[in-house]
Amino acid sequence: MKKTTAANGKSATNGQPAMKLRLYVAGQTPKSMAALSNLKRICADHLNGKYELEVIDLIKDPQLAQGDQILAIPTLVRNLPVPIRKIIGDLSNVDSVLVGLDLRGADRKSQKNSAASGKAMGAGH
Amino acid sequence: MSKRPKPLEYEIPLNGEPSNGSLAKAPTGIVGLDEISGGGFPRGRTTIVCGGPGCGKTMLGMEFLARGAQQFNEPGVLIAFEETPEELGANVASLGFDLKKLVDQKKLYLDYVYMEPSEIQETGDYDLEGLFIRLQHAVDSVGAKRIFLDTVDALFSSFSNEAVLRAELRRLFRWLKDHNLTAVITAEKGERTLTRHGLEEYVSDCVILLDHRVRDQISTRRLRIVKYRGTSHGADEFPFLIDNTGISVLPVTSSEMRYKVSNERVSTGIPDLDEMLGGKGFYKGSSILISGTAGSGKTTMAASFAEAACRRGERCLYIGFEESVDQVVRNMKSLGLNLDEWAEKGMLVHEAWRPSQYGIEMHLVRIHKLIEAVKPQNVIVDPITNLVTGSAQKEVYSMLMRMMDFLKGRNITALLTNLTNDGEALETTDIGISSLTDTWILCRDQELNGERNRCLYILKSRGMAHSKQVREFVLSREGIRLVPPYIGAGVVLTGSSRVAQEAKEKADALVRSEEIEKKKAALVRKRSALEAQIQALQMDFSAEEQELDRIIKRQQASEKQLEMERDAMNRIRSGTPEPTTDSAFAKSAGDPK
Repeated sequence: MKKTTAANGKSATNGQPAMKLRLYVAGQTPKSMAALSNLKRICADHLNGKYELEVIDLIKDPQLAQGDQILAIPTLVRNLPVPIRKIIGDLSNVDSVLVGLDLRGADRKSQKNSAASGKAMGAGH
Repeated sequence: MSKRPKPLEYEIPLNGEPSNGSLAKAPTGIVGLDEISGGGFPRGRTTIVCGGPGCGKTMLGMEFLARGAQQFNEPGVLIAFEETPEELGANVASLGFDLKKLVDQKKLYLDYVYMEPSEIQETGDYDLEGLFIRLQHAVDSVGAKRIFLDTVDALFSSFSNEAVLRAELRRLFRWLKDHNLTAVITAEKGERTLTRHGLEEYVSDCVILLDHRVRDQISTRRLRIVKYRGTSHGADEFPFLIDNTGISVLPVTSSEMRYKVSNERVSTGIPDLDEMLGGKGFYKGSSILISGTAGSGKTTMAASFAEAACRRGERCLYIGFEESVDQVVRNMKSLGLNLDEWAEKGMLVHEAWRPSQYGIEMHLVRIHKLIEAVKPQNVIVDPITNLVTGSAQKEVYSMLMRMMDFLKGRNITALLTNLTNDGEALETTDIGISSLTDTWILCRDQELNGERNRCLYILKSRGMAHSKQVREFVLSREGIRLVPPYIGAGVVLTGSSRVAQEAKEKADALVRSEEIEKKKAALVRKRSALEAQIQALQMDFSAEEQELDRIIKRQQASEKQLEMERDAMNRIRSGTPEPTTDSAFAKSAGDPK
């Protein structure tokens, strides 16, 4: 299991609980790698370190797919705060990732940035 | 019997008889389905089971899995997209399968795949690798040989990118094949296509269509093998039933008429009727139809046949469509037939249900199942007429024909009763079934002098000499007797008329015999008188005879005397004296002088 947990989780400000994220991937496929790098960028841009990220490689731990009902790869699961959200795909569309994580309304400023970075990512592909 | 030629080797695979093809099959263990599919589903390939909601798709798949694990030692995997394993477990528990136990024994692996579309956001490129990982994990953990996916349609509502989905489905089917899994996939029926999402395009080995039709408020489930590559299969629609033992598919097309016949005879339960049927009763394994108007004694005959069968030590299955079990038992008790006793001993299995309870095919399935379970030597259906109320005549005819074939194939004696309505010609049956039966007994009422009496005659009985007489059917506490009716003086009388007529005849006979006695006595008297007369005459005669005798003797004596005198005269004349006679002569000569 490849576990990357952001240490900044504890330094959460405003008393808001940290967002718990899990990214399910299957090996080192281009889609999985793209999702991981996109996610890291989004977290850095929008979450200010208030998150915990766990990356699960189902090739290594296939039994873990059942718990979060994973079918599509890659899938990002937001376990906290509730309700549970699932975002599937390589997370290349930052806008819809933000919508999926309920960050759209909270962070208007970074919207443009994220859109730009999304485009940049797309170009990078 | 001379040796019959062997049946032709050449066979037409009407019913999907096992072909000699090399296609390996995985038996489903489902009653009837293996027969029509020639041994089961294609091994290592995917079978699509499609149909509308509630047609039994999931049940079929579950039974395939559970029987595979239980009976054929082939572990299975269930991927459920719609129901949780708990729900499925509860559903199939009613069919007698314990999924939890199979899971504990590592014979079954359950995975519930659930996607809540409202939770899901799609961003960018993805595939369903997660599903494949789960499949692989499931298959590996029990070493599965079988897999059941129920139903992949659910994926279409979970994911919006159909292009990805279709590519992944294609991959899924290939994956299943590569892993040599015998797979069953269910799919909803489409409006114009077999499946809503055109799954049959990906899999073309075997497609089974289930259908649930309602006609005249009675539903019938049907199964059809639409396609089975490399196998001859039954192409017809086969009705099937889901009950507490699972699914049973019934091959509709009747089997060939190759059954062996028996020369053994069985009693009808009525000694007088046995007498009418060549003294021995019905042929074992033959089919008997008893038709008649209401209250003509059909059920009674059926019951006494059942009772006799049990008494012989044979098992009997009694299927009633008109009266409840208790009612028949009570009614027959009044005739001294104790059906209860045999039911308790397990010799008689008595089942009754309403014909309107199922579609016609379901009746046949249920009868089949009962026969399989009870293994009777005798089956009674009382009455078949009620089946018509539930279904069209043609269907009833074909159902009965198949039932008869089935029974004959097992050498089971079948007794069917048929109610003839008043006003109809008696020698007809509603369903035209009479030609299917070997022995046809007709019961009817005869109304005469304000009285109704039951009569009975044998219309036909194939292969035996039988009475052509109309007999009166008398029910009493002691049972059933068939009394020959009064036939004479140009009338046929039954019932009290017969009794009256018989009494009258008896009285007439008595009068006649008295007269004869009288005449006899007179004759005796006359005889003795005549004999006396004869005696008197004889005495007269002998007196006359004696008199005549006396006269003759005197005549002879005097003739002798005359002779002697003549001799003496001659001697005297010739001079030869004869002293002894001289004096005599002299005396006699002297006398006339």
